Amino acid sequence: MRMFRQFVGKIREINSKYANPKVVMSRSVSISLAALRIYLFLLVILMLYKLMTVIKVF
Amino acid sequence: MDFFSVIYYRIKKIWKAIRLYLVIAGPGLVVMIADNDAGGITTYAATGAKYGYHLIWFLLLLIPVAYYVQEMTVRLGAVTKRGHAEAIFESFGAFWGWFSLLDLMIVDWLTLVTEFVGMTAALNIFGVPSWLTVVLVIVLMGIIMLNGRYWTWEKIALGFCLLNLIYVPAAFMVNPSISDIIHQGLIPNLPGGLTNELFFLLMANIGTTIAPWMLFFQQSSVVDKGLLEKDIKMGKIDTFIGSIITVAIAVFIVIVTGTLLNGSPIDDAATAAKMLMSINHYTGAFLAIGLFDAGLLGAICISLASSWAFGEIFGWAHSLNTKVKEAPWFYISFFFTLATAGVVPLIPGAPLVIITLFVQVIAVTLLPAALVFLILLLNDRKTMGEYANTRTQNIVSTVIVVAIIILSTMYGISALFPNLFQ
Repeated sequence: MRMFRQFVGKIREINSKYANPKVVMSRSVSISLAALRIYLFLLVILMLYKLMTVIKVF
Repeated sequence: MDFFSVIYYRIKKIWKAIRLYLVIAGPGLVVMIADNDAGGITTYAATGAKYGYHLIWFLLLLIPVAYYVQEMTVRLGAVTKRGHAEAIFESFGAFWGWFSLLDLMIVDWLTLVTEFVGMTAALNIFGVPSWLTVVLVIVLMGIIMLNGRYWTWEKIALGFCLLNLIYVPAAFMVNPSISDIIHQGLIPNLPGGLTNELFFLLMANIGTTIAPWMLFFQQSSVVDKGLLEKDIKMGKIDTFIGSIITVAIAVFIVIVTGTLLNGSPIDDAATAAKMLMSINHYTGAFLAIGLFDAGLLGAICISLASSWAFGEIFGWAHSLNTKVKEAPWFYISFFFTLATAGVVPLIPGAPLVIITLFVQVIAVTLLPAALVFLILLLNDRKTMGEYANTRTQNIVSTVIVVAIIILSTMYGISALFPNLFQ
């Protein structure tokens, strides 16, 4: 339990350490990150669809 | 007299450059040759067996692709003195950082399983039971890792890289027709047109050339070795030589299977080695030894890529220059990843086909993100200064990255839905 609490504490520490991205959020950086989010979102939907079809077969 | 002194000083200068290169060489060579891992050997063996020498030209095109992507990690590591995981956390925040780290952990572990599958299958050919192979590999890794010096680790890894050249004599042993290699292999052509099967194999070749772990590994390796800005030039040469060697090895594998197994369907490199043994015993044995070596090199680098990344983020000591007592979590995470992945091929009925499929699919979720971050980081002039990407470098690397993203996405999707592109 103590180890788990320490681990959670460490994660919180990392999150606060890297809370503010240091890269200058120029237009091209913002567009790239937005495109990446959309790309990954679509990929996750495809994977979930595949998972559903596999579950359906079984 | 003047002539001789000019010659003398030129030779001295070249010799100095060679000595400097030998000191700095390592990260680029190791990462590029380790890129020809067990999965890579299978892809190249299948390429040769299915299409003979016809796709050699395509493999040669992958030299600049691999070089342009990997040389960026050299600059980033030497300038920031940070690994790729830490650079992503710091520049893009915790969300993208955790996404990359967890994705890397999953894809590395799954790839490690495939390395163990390759190694056990390779030594099974020589009658070594799978459990013994796994134990031997973990003990060997222990000996390599626990010496407490990056330099020693790197030289041992380079020794295994040298063993990867076993495909060169193997290719000469099968007496290929040089004329056929030149006429069929070096003139761009698509044998039988762009069929789904050919497209899948081309994408597989790209997928094995650029893997997410390579970006994380080389940048961390550059940092652990302590390369500085002044070493970037040699680091780039190291990466370029590595990219030539890795593709050359792939070409020699294609020549071996293209000569002896042309037209045979190959599912994995171990099957190719067995088939080759019935035709030419030594060539088959060389392919099996090479497969084991490829899996071993891949396993060394992939588990290190994960351990370095975790160490960077969790703030553990994470250098090969540290002893176990000084960096316990670094070594624990390394051996934990290794041992858990090594156990999987020993489980009867383990879903190895699904694991291989997942490697392709999950790599597709990480690779585009890692490549986009790489280009954005290399354009951060505040951090990179004079080592930031130039306009030409940006054009070349963006074209390469966009092409890799499109092709690797199609590869991942076609692995999920095999009938989609038919």
